Amino acid sequence: MNQYILEIIYLIASVTFVVGLKMLSEPQSARRGNLWAAFGMTIAIVGTIFLYQSKDPNTQTSRETIKLAFIFAGIGLGTIIGWATAKKVKMTAMPELVSLFNGMGGACAALISLLEFHHNVGHPERISVIMAGMIIGSVSFSGSIIAFMKLNGTLNKSYRLPNYNIINTLLMIVTIGAGVWLTVSGSDSMSMLLLVFGLSILYGVSFVVPIGGADMPVVISLLNSFTGLAAAFGGFLYGNQVMLTGGILVGSAGTLLTVAMCRAMNRPLYSVIFGAFGESSAAASGVSSTGGSIKDISISDTAVLMNYSKKVVIVPGYGLAVAQAQHVIHELEELLEERGVEVKYAIHPVAGRMPGHMNVLLAESNVDYGKLAEMDEINPEFASTDVVLVVGANDVVNPAAKTDPSSPIYGMPILDVENAKHIIVNKRSMNAGYAGIENMLFYDPKTSMLFGDAKDALTKLVAELKTM
Amino acid sequence: MQNLITFIGENMSMIYIVILSIFVGVEVIGKVPSVLHTPLMSGANAIHGVVIIGSIIVMLNTEADNILLLSLGFVAVVLGTLNVVGGFVVTDRMLEMFKKKPKK
Repeated sequence: MNQYILEIIYLIASVTFVVGLKMLSEPQSARRGNLWAAFGMTIAIVGTIFLYQSKDPNTQTSRETIKLAFIFAGIGLGTIIGWATAKKVKMTAMPELVSLFNGMGGACAALISLLEFHHNVGHPERISVIMAGMIIGSVSFSGSIIAFMKLNGTLNKSYRLPNYNIINTLLMIVTIGAGVWLTVSGSDSMSMLLLVFGLSILYGVSFVVPIGGADMPVVISLLNSFTGLAAAFGGFLYGNQVMLTGGILVGSAGTLLTVAMCRAMNRPLYSVIFGAFGESSAAASGVSSTGGSIKDISISDTAVLMNYSKKVVIVPGYGLAVAQAQHVIHELEELLEERGVEVKYAIHPVAGRMPGHMNVLLAESNVDYGKLAEMDEINPEFASTDVVLVVGANDVVNPAAKTDPSSPIYGMPILDVENAKHIIVNKRSMNAGYAGIENMLFYDPKTSMLFGDAKDALTKLVAELKTM
Repeated sequence: MQNLITFIGENMSMIYIVILSIFVGVEVIGKVPSVLHTPLMSGANAIHGVVIIGSIIVMLNTEADNILLLSLGFVAVVLGTLNVVGGFVVTDRMLEMFKKKPKK
């Protein structure tokens, strides 16, 4: 009886996951969708704690106080830490937090496999599922941690061994080979198990470490679908439908999302994984020597220029997010609008660190939806734009993507800001952007550089405009 | 080989779930605007936290005096909860910002 009630709960939870994901893909219903999925998750967890009964006659399910105490303590601790971190984190640091939470899920899946191994020895079909869950979960765990460290700047270089592609492929083959051996041989060797575990962790690290630049969100999305797969293998192991549905849903949706992101950057997935981002520093130095000169502009000149324009387009980038300048920029926009200047924001699909990251940030500071223009919509308008203000963006306005086939970002669709009458670029320094490549736009005769921290410069700009 | 075929046969309904879920996943995400990529990824991230159910099952199936297993299971439960709670809360925070916008 209890078993059936639990299955019904699982059914409801699975439906909330599907409906939740569907609602998450439309702006009006997104928030409710998330709450529905959270509701489904809650009943599935509570139901499992109180109603679960193993279908396998060899395993005893029991609910001694000490076990329940451990479970509730774990959930309590996880809830407090998870809730506090998620509430406290700055919106700019959100992408790396998603990566971190993803890693936690991967680690959880890997641990389950470690714990289930021993008493499933002798059932090769179960061991194969356990191995798959462990390898994928561990790769997702260590990969996500590396991605987290890369995004928050702890690890800001892309280290590459010579022939790293070959080394990685070999490592992957050895890891899978060891997993297959454990499955086929029926061995119960704990050290062999730990070896597979260690190799998977190592592979996760060596898989993500060479990937850099603008490709990071794609990797996170990919690892996200990995964890989904790992959860699904857990579902297979226990014959648990909700783990299976949830896991596979995320696995397939995550893969599709990964592909969609790749498409937005015009980079095939294989070149993200085996690609050449980060090798560009040598090429970059060559460009800068032939670059010509750059032109400075003062705050007051910028203010004058903007005040007498008809149309201003703001191109926000990660620098805006880092400087927490999303509120000031909104103030600037309102001020200009009051004076009859038409202001729009041009949002590149991968502006910031993740697709949609900029939209979230600008929404936080109450910028009107209608002012956010997507790339295809705004590109034809640059020709009739008086001033483009680029704030902390770099690679997404780099004309090399169109003109220089040797550039690592060649082929990526960009914002055609060079068609505007004036381009003002706010940057902290002349350092290259996230992809580590020089930007010819800065040497364009129409371009002026407004050096300084985004928040600082914009605050002064707003003050200057107010005196006019 | 026989093992494998038996395994597949016994788990046929599972295999149906897998195949249909793949299509549902693809279908559901189909036409998402790029504005929502990040919240969607974050929401999906929370959903795969369903793996926590596995860690609860591990705990329920262990002997109550096996402190090592219980402790490791405890760690797994904490990790899974972090994924679930953190994932849903951070997604909600992102979407909250979209919500208070007056729709154009």
